[in-house]
Amino acid sequence: MSIPTSSVFPRALEHEAIYIIREVAAQFENPALLFSGGKDSIVLVHLARKAFYPAPVPFPMLHIDTGHNFPETIAFRDRLAAETGIQLLVRYVQDSIDAGKVQEETGKYASRNMLQTTTLLDAISELKLDACMGGARRDEEKARAKERIFSVRDDFGQWDAKKQRPELFDMLNGKINIGENVRVFPISNWTELDVWNYIREEKLALPSIYFAHKRFVIERDGLYWPASPYLNTTESEVPFEATVRFRTVGDMTCTAAVLSEADTLDGVIGEIESAVISERGARIDDKRSEAAMEKRKQVGYF
Amino acid sequence: MDVLKIATAGSVDDGKSTLIGRLLFDTKSITKDRLEAVEAGSRRKGLDFTDLSLLTDGLIAEREQGITIDVAHIYFATPSRKYIIADSPGHVEYTRNMITGASHSEAFIVLIDARKGVIEQTRRHLFIARLLRIRTVFVCINKMDLAGFSETVFEGIRADVKRLAETIGLESTLEFVPAVAKDGDNIALASERMSWYTGKTLLQHLEELPVQKNQDLLPARFPVQYVIRPHSDEHHDFRGYAGKLESGCLRKGQEVMALPSGRTAVIRALYAAAQEVDEVSAGQSITLELDADLDISRGNMIVTTDAACNGSASLQATLAWMDDKKLTPGSAYLLQHGIHTVKAKISAIENRVNIDTLENEEGVSSFGLNDIGRVHLKTARPLFADTFAQNPHNGAFILVDEFSNNTVAAGFIETL
Ligand SMILES: Nc1nc2c(ncn2[C@@H]2O[C@H](COP(=O)(O)OP(=O)(O)O)[C@@H](O)[C@H]2O)c(=O)[nH]1
Repeated sequence: MSIPTSSVFPRALEHEAIYIIREVAAQFENPALLFSGGKDSIVLVHLARKAFYPAPVPFPMLHIDTGHNFPETIAFRDRLAAETGIQLLVRYVQDSIDAGKVQEETGKYASRNMLQTTTLLDAISELKLDACMGGARRDEEKARAKERIFSVRDDFGQWDAKKQRPELFDMLNGKINIGENVRVFPISNWTELDVWNYIREEKLALPSIYFAHKRFVIERDGLYWPASPYLNTTESEVPFEATVRFRTVGDMTCTAAVLSEADTLDGVIGEIESAVISERGARIDDKRSEAAMEKRKQVGYF
Repeated sequence: MDVLKIATAGSVDDGKSTLIGRLLFDTKSITKDRLEAVEAGSRRKGLDFTDLSLLTDGLIAEREQGITIDVAHIYFATPSRKYIIADSPGHVEYTRNMITGASHSEAFIVLIDARKGVIEQTRRHLFIARLLRIRTVFVCINKMDLAGFSETVFEGIRADVKRLAETIGLESTLEFVPAVAKDGDNIALASERMSWYTGKTLLQHLEELPVQKNQDLLPARFPVQYVIRPHSDEHHDFRGYAGKLESGCLRKGQEVMALPSGRTAVIRALYAAAQEVDEVSAGQSITLELDADLDISRGNMIVTTDAACNGSASLQATLAWMDDKKLTPGSAYLLQHGIHTVKAKISAIENRVNIDTLENEEGVSSFGLNDIGRVHLKTARPLFADTFAQNPHNGAFILVDEFSNNTVAAGFIETL
C-alpha cells in the first residue's frame, strides 16, 4: 500500500530550517533552543542535530518548567537530553513565584502559562542569550511577531514593530544592539500536518501523551481536561476515565484532550487529515476547541 | 513533494482575499470550524453567500488592533504540492512589501478587476515582477461576472497587459485567466459560464508550473555558512563545509575551487541534511568534505573549477530602498550577500526610476522609502557574485545600516 501523496513531507522545508539553524549558530554568540517538550520543539532538536552532524549541537536547550507539566513530558525531556548529549538548562516558574516576581493565578482557570514569560526573560538575561529558537509556526497563529524568521526583541522581550526588518530572499539579518535579542523560528513555514509527516518519516519518538491512552479527565466547557492536583475543580466536575490523546503539550491545567482511539502515528495523522480535509469530519469540534486552547497556551510565551 | 512560493498582487477590492480564500476552500485546506466561522461572519454581514475573503480575516483583526501587516503568509496544499502565498496587504509601504514578498517567490498572481482593466497599480506590479525576474506571472482577470463574462473584455485587457509588459521589458511568461473568485470560476474548477475560455484554471497553472529546475542548471554556487569540526575521537579529522547550495549541482569526486584563495580540491563526501549522498542539488542544505585542507571559513565561496565567478570590489546595482532614513551618496553600509557580509560604500547614484512613467531620472541626490534606482558601490573586499540576470541566487544582496542594524535596501547586481 502506498501512502497518499498529501502525506509526504516536503523536504525543501527541512533544508530551509537547517539553513536557518546554521545561521543562528554562525551569527550569534550565545544562542539556545527553547524546548517545551512538545512535538514542534522535538522536531527542532532533530533538525539541529542534522544541521551540525556529525558534530554535537553547539548550543543548549532551555526548558522553562512551570511545575505543572505532564510527568511524561519531563521524563521524555530528560531522556532526549541524555540520548543527544545536548546540554539541558531548566529554569523554574516556581523560583519566580518564590522570589515574589510573579503571583500564582487563582480560580477555576488558574494556570502558570502567563507566568513563564517572566521566568524566560530572566533566564535570557541571566544566561546572556542573544538568540532563542522556538518551534512556533506561522500557520498556527496569526500573531504579527511570527511573521519574521528573525524577530528582534528589546530588553523586556518586547516586540517592536519598527525593529522588524524586511526579510529579503533567504538573507537573515541578525545584527542587534546590546540588550536586544532575537527570537528565531526555523519552522515558520511548516504546517501542523508537515510536522506530523516529518515525525513519521524521520521516525521521531514523542511523549506518550500524544497517543490515545486511558486517563482520568473531567469535562468542562465541552472539553476534556486531565485530572491532576494542579487543576482547580468544582464539586460537579467528577473525574472519569476516557481514552484520549493530546494534540499539544502544554501545562496540565490548560491542555485539553481529545477523545481518540489513535494510538499510532498513522492513526493520529489520519485523524488530523480527516479533520482538515473532510468537510464533515466527526472530530471537527475537537479541533475547534483545541485551536482555542493552543491560543491560550501561546499567549505570553512568545 | 514540491513547495511552490507565490506572491499575490492586486489593488484594494480587486478580490485578492476572496481569491486566496477560494484557493484554500477548493483545495480543502480549511477546517470545518474555520468555514463555519466564515459562514457565520457572512450572515452577520447580511450576505447571501459565503464571503471567502473572511478566511484571511486574521489579518483584518490585526488591522483593527492597529498593527500594520506587511507580508502575510498563507498555506495550502494539494496532493502534489505545498503552496506558500506571500500576500502584501499594506498600502503605504506597498512597494517595499511587494518586493519583500516577491523576493521569495517563483511566481506572481496579479489581479485585475475586469471592469477597471489595467490601472497604475498593474504597472507597478509588472515592474516589480521585472525587477525580481519572476519567471511566471499569472494575470487573473477577476469579477468577470460584472463584465458580462465577455470574451471581448478579457481579450482587451490581455492585449493591454501584454503591451504594458513589453514597454516595461518584462521577460516573464504571462498567463491569463478570466475568473470569478467569488464563485470559483476558473480558480480550481473550469467555468461553465465562460465556455469560450479553453485554457487552464489558475490552480491547474500552478500545479503544472515546474519548480526550481532552472536553479539546478546554473553553475554551482556554494557559500560556506558554517565549518563543522566535531573534534571527537570517532570523527577526529572531520572537517565539513556546511551551507545551502544556492545554485547548480555538486557530485562526489568533482573538483571544486575555494574563493577567494583560488585553491582547488576534490569532493570526498557529500551530505544532504546529514544524509550521505553522491549528488546534491540547488536549494539543499548540504555539508561537503574535501580531500585537502584549503583553510576555508564562513563567507568563502565554493564553485566548480569549470564555472568559477570573478571577484569584484566594485559593482553597479539596482537598489530598492526600504528605510525611512534616506540613502545619500558616500554613505557606508554593511552589504550582506547571502551569508557573507562586507563593508560597502555607495559611491554614486546613477538614476532613479519613476515607476509611473518608467523614466530614468538623472541627477538624483538621494533615495527615500520605496525609491528604486541604479547606484555604484565599492566593497571593502571582493564579492564573489554573479549578476542578478545571470544567477538570481548569487546576484542579490541586502544593505544593513551599521547604526540602526536595519535592513535598508534590496540590491540586484547589474554589472561586476
Ligand atoms: N461580483 C464579484 N465580486 C467579487 C469577486 N471577487 C471578489 N468580489 C467581491 O469584491 C469585494 C472585495 O473583495 P476582497 O477579496 O475583499 O478584495 P481585496 O481587497 O482585493 O482583498 C468583496 O465584496 C468580494 O465579495 C468576483 O469575482 N465577482
